[in-house]
Amino acid sequence: MPILYLPADSLARAVGADEVSTALITQATERHLPLELQRTSSRGLYWLEPLLEVDSPQGRIGFGPLTAADVPSVLDALQDPTFQHPLALGLVEELPYLKTQQRLLFARAGITRPLSLDDYRAHGGFEGLARAVALGGEQTATAVFDSGLRGRGGAAFPAGIKWRTVRATPGEQKYIVCNADEGDSGTFADRMLMEGDPFLLIEGMAIAGLCVGATYGYIYVRSEYPDAVAVLRQALNIARTAGYLGANVGGSGQAFDLEVRVGAGAYICGEETALLDSLEGKRGYVRAKPPIPALKGLFGLPTLVHNVLTLASVPLILAKGAQFYRDYGMGRSLGTMPFQLAGNIRRGGLVERAFGLTLRELVEDYGGGTASGRPLKAAQVGGPLGAWVPPSQFDTPLDYEAFAAIGAMLGHGGVVVADDSLDMAHMARFALQFCAEESCGKCTPCRIGSTRGVEVIDRLLAAPDQSGRDEQAIILKDLCDTMQYGSLCALGGMAPFPVVSALKYFPADFGLHASEAEQ
Amino acid sequence: MPDESLHLSVINGLLERHAGAAGALLPLLHDIQERIGYIPDVAVPEIAHALNQSQAEVRGVISFYHDFRTAPPARHILRLCRAESCQSRGAEQLAAQLRERLQLDDHGSSADGHISLRPVYCLGACACSPALELDGRVHARLSAERLDALLDACREDA
Repeated sequence: MPILYLPADSLARAVGADEVSTALITQATERHLPLELQRTSSRGLYWLEPLLEVDSPQGRIGFGPLTAADVPSVLDALQDPTFQHPLALGLVEELPYLKTQQRLLFARAGITRPLSLDDYRAHGGFEGLARAVALGGEQTATAVFDSGLRGRGGAAFPAGIKWRTVRATPGEQKYIVCNADEGDSGTFADRMLMEGDPFLLIEGMAIAGLCVGATYGYIYVRSEYPDAVAVLRQALNIARTAGYLGANVGGSGQAFDLEVRVGAGAYICGEETALLDSLEGKRGYVRAKPPIPALKGLFGLPTLVHNVLTLASVPLILAKGAQFYRDYGMGRSLGTMPFQLAGNIRRGGLVERAFGLTLRELVEDYGGGTASGRPLKAAQVGGPLGAWVPPSQFDTPLDYEAFAAIGAMLGHGGVVVADDSLDMAHMARFALQFCAEESCGKCTPCRIGSTRGVEVIDRLLAAPDQSGRDEQAIILKDLCDTMQYGSLCALGGMAPFPVVSALKYFPADFGLHASEAEQ
Repeated sequence: MPDESLHLSVINGLLERHAGAAGALLPLLHDIQERIGYIPDVAVPEIAHALNQSQAEVRGVISFYHDFRTAPPARHILRLCRAESCQSRGAEQLAAQLRERLQLDDHGSSADGHISLRPVYCLGACACSPALELDGRVHARLSAERLDALLDACREDA
């Protein structure tokens, strides 16, 4: 029998992949069938998970979404070279959802085993590190700069400038810190990458360490991702044994090592300075900038802080060259972005495309509209601090500047789709309640403003008449303005985005007339 | 309340392992909670002494992070995701179902010490919302029926 592939990804497991695996092994044994089952990463076609793949002369054939109950008939189908089965999907790489993607960062997704160095190297792994060692630090930094790569965590700051700054700053010790505190609802690309392709992140961090002269690094992973923590820790040991970490990284003569640190359920620790405080063993308290972490970061020393996807983009940029990467994207948003389709969506999953496709293409062509079949109401782009975008703006290209121009943001590329049953006044209240719950408490607009904001929305919704509601709406907008411009970090500064967008585009949910809401 | 001083040998063993490391407090607290199930009060002066911090600083860190418990948990810990993606797929109805069936608010433990309920904001399962985590395992594409079945399984385990 040909080799079978089934993801070990935590979301594939959350929808039954382990049960399918157990059934396959048990029943193949009962039937005396020789079975080779490899647990790979996930393709990110989550609506098809658990997605079983089987080798064929043309490529891998898929079956999904499977349950353990489908296993007997699937085993029957595998005996037949045409693979006839009601859940057979044909060649996985010919599925339009996947075929039309531009997978650079997730090139290995669903194909390789996460902890197999051989698989990783057979698919281009460590070519970037070898190139970086050959180029030296100065030219590595130039390659990152020239690629146009911007921080994928949400702020979209040019990565090359950070690299040059840390490289140029003297320090007895410098650090690389990977921000893997992926707390935004609707995002899961960091999780997929850490669970599915951990060596890519390690390679990116090693390149960064060699380039800027850092000898130690931390990956700060949220505690909600225990599978990612476990995979990364194993991968670190494997990489260390193979000489990709340690005293002589990739034969460079330079030292670099790193460890995984686990968060403890504080959303604010996704903010880079709060994350640094947390790594130091303190409460996750936001720091005022300047000084920027590149100059005074972890333990007061120069620190390069990047999101998972930013660091993981670097090996490819080194291996293929800056120009290769720049050829993707539009304007100042270069390269590809792994967009994540979530919420009330028929085909939820990961869509890696060059910047510039429209939100409509993403939600309608890839996502297939709402899962409920009810009319689409809005999509929240960029996590809980992102604006609710109404369908009338769905033709906006997914590009940092284009989204900023409509008062929204791309953030980490998460898209949460909602149908007409979702009450936007409730979601606006939730955004402020969440901010109140997760505020670190350092600055007043965020700490007090979020709590007062919840109260104002409650008064607005309880107001007996139109003029009472209008009055509260004006107060709410003033408060949002204060939070947006007066807060120290993005939590207080952007929590108003979902509130203001809900008020602007869905005034009826607040009992307001459109004209007053627009005031 | 059991005698917490019984935990001191575990705590001191972990302190020895972590005390020299940079920024040791979070890894230390995680390890204590993993071994003991929560952070017992007797640990605080020991940690403060070993890390050369004040007890107030240590308590400040424990209370800041949602993950750290200062009392033993129930046998089962159920964390329902309440973030936007899951809300758009009916998480609030599931939360109401939980409150009704367990007679608990969103943060409580059942009277028989059987289930602790906590909200969580995102499990990274957003492509298959709604989701929850039960005793460290994520379950996605939840329905009212699946939630009931999971609760039944917890109860049978009594």
